[in-house]
Amino acid sequence: MSPARIPYLLLLPATLFLLVFFVYPFGLVAIEAFSRDGSFTAANFQTVFGHWKFPAAMTNTLLLALVIVPIQTVLALAMAVLVTKMTRGRDMALYVFTIPLGISDLAAGIIWLAIFEQSGFLNSMLYHLGVSEQPTIWLGYQSKWVIFLAVVLAEVWRATAIMLVILVAGIGLIPKEYNEAAEVFGASPWKRFTRVTLPLLRPSLQTALILRVILAFEVFAVVATLGGTTLPVLMGEVYQWQFALQDRGVAAAYAIVILAISIAATLVIMRALRVPKEARI
Amino acid sequence: MTKLKLTAALLGTTLALGAGAAHAEGLLFWSTQAKPVEETQKMRDEVLAGFGAAVDYQASDEGPWITRIDAETQAGSGSIGLLGGLHGDFTSVEDSLADVPTDLAAAGVVPGYVELGKLGGDSQKYVPWMQATYMMAANKQALEYLPEGAELNDLTYDQLIDWCKAIAEGTGGPKCGLPAGPKGLKHRFFQGYLVPSYTGGMVSTFKTAEAEEGWNKFKELWQYMNPASTNYGFMQEPLLTGEVWVAFDHTARLADAFNQKPDDFVAFATPKGPKGRGYMPVIAGMAIPTNAPDAAASAALIDYMLKPETQIATLKATNFFPVVDVTLPDDMPPSVKAAGEVISYTSTSPDSITALLPMGLGDAGGKFNQVYTDMFERSVLGGQPVRAALDDQAKALEAIMQETGAPCWAPDAASEGPCPVN
Repeated sequence: MSPARIPYLLLLPATLFLLVFFVYPFGLVAIEAFSRDGSFTAANFQTVFGHWKFPAAMTNTLLLALVIVPIQTVLALAMAVLVTKMTRGRDMALYVFTIPLGISDLAAGIIWLAIFEQSGFLNSMLYHLGVSEQPTIWLGYQSKWVIFLAVVLAEVWRATAIMLVILVAGIGLIPKEYNEAAEVFGASPWKRFTRVTLPLLRPSLQTALILRVILAFEVFAVVATLGGTTLPVLMGEVYQWQFALQDRGVAAAYAIVILAISIAATLVIMRALRVPKEARI
Repeated sequence: MTKLKLTAALLGTTLALGAGAAHAEGLLFWSTQAKPVEETQKMRDEVLAGFGAAVDYQASDEGPWITRIDAETQAGSGSIGLLGGLHGDFTSVEDSLADVPTDLAAAGVVPGYVELGKLGGDSQKYVPWMQATYMMAANKQALEYLPEGAELNDLTYDQLIDWCKAIAEGTGGPKCGLPAGPKGLKHRFFQGYLVPSYTGGMVSTFKTAEAEEGWNKFKELWQYMNPASTNYGFMQEPLLTGEVWVAFDHTARLADAFNQKPDDFVAFATPKGPKGRGYMPVIAGMAIPTNAPDAAASAALIDYMLKPETQIATLKATNFFPVVDVTLPDDMPPSVKAAGEVISYTSTSPDSITALLPMGLGDAGGKFNQVYTDMFERSVLGGQPVRAALDDQAKALEAIMQETGAPCWAPDAASEGPCPVN
């Protein structure tokens, strides 16, 4: 076998897997979204865009992504630099940081629900500290912003590590010489971070951001546990239409909408953090 | 006995494997009710054992239940002796049902239910078998706040509002509750209780001025409801913790409160509106398929099932209540006693407007419920004007009716074609 064909051969299993389990079902979903009773139609999308919950679901999803992703980016960068600087206990710190990654998003939602619910840890703590007499209903329909905040907290806690892992690997790829050169010329640590590390980290940052933003658009289980139907998000609507309302066409249309905004966000990030071919390490 | 059980077990296995041939021993009772294994076994040992002849009670999900009935009708020969199912189940297999010869007046069956068994026609297609429903429960501490002149079983929505208001003001926090959480049955409250009490209908009167009044009254009531209601699934839990003092829910979802603290709670009928007391019974019935092997034996089994003793045995086995006039013995659990009195009061009260579970909607049942849930989320939780939300949700309701072609069911007047939304 010629060596030139080996890479393709190695890619074959993954490609087949993707074709069978992603591309093919995606095709089915797309067909479902654009058809009703066997004929081509845009009715499902009209239902989606005309539904009274759609604007709220769209706004909440985008707003959540807009708040969560920047916080996570900053945190992940700080944590990545911290971990890289450590000489002892580096692996230990990485393990601890990535523990929440091993917890399913539903379980993460339940953990935070145990904190915020009426008879939860937060209320019992406040009660024992003598701050409050009666348990406060934190996650009630009247205080959407608290639910929003709880979701942000839970998501930051749970999913920052995804970015961290990618960024730690990215920092490891940056040749030490650049930093050392900057140091010789008297650049402060902050300057070295913004002028050397950050620009050279662009490819990893790009990957991390794309991954995280797409996941943010798919936020579901955490919102469902903490907010029920009070804080509608796009993915929650997919679930609702598919299972409670038994309408696969509209559910598929919602899925396509999520796909569309995911692609749009990916293109924007790729464009914004583009690394010219000549500048790649 | 062991041999019989073994046969039953084997039969169950073959049925489960989809090889259900016509080899049933005795009369086959094919039912969608009493599905949990313990209930099925109680039906066999404690209810049907006294019939005299052998009865093979088989419980199944709605899908396979319908499939087998359809298959036997198409084949022109059948092995099922008696069908058991909810009112809505029978509407799906109407063409496979023979007329039932039972004298229901003599058996003492509640007249309103007899009418339902005709499925909108002239002849008796099914016979009422047993029932469950929704009711109110209150902590006895709440009774001192009851408005003057108000009778628990004769409460109006206005009095309920006054009562909840008095409790909220007297105790420092709202203590009325509704199962309005994601797993709660709030949609049944709107469909079967609130809307019929104000409009006399469920679907055809959906966006009338009376409906608007009803929803506005509910908004008023909601101010005095525990805001945590949007997290409640089964009201027995907040009742037991004392978070809620007055609540509405399905009888089975209140049972624990009465069984754990029988002296702390009272059960009573749901409130009345200007048109009467909307009331949603969950009715199960029995029917004889057109291809029954021995129609006379099937009719005899129906007679046996309607006997007061059998009805009480059925109540113990399934927690569904009698449909005939019976005096419940003293050895019943407190929840059964409490609910039993309310059910017999409500089902015989002249003020009651019987509102049935939706039928003929097929798999659009979820969407139908969502119309009412959305009304609640939009106008009550979201603060949108009731009129605008009603008009918008009416469009969704109309689309469901057109799509499914479902004609009106009680309490709406019968319709030619899909039920209109006015």
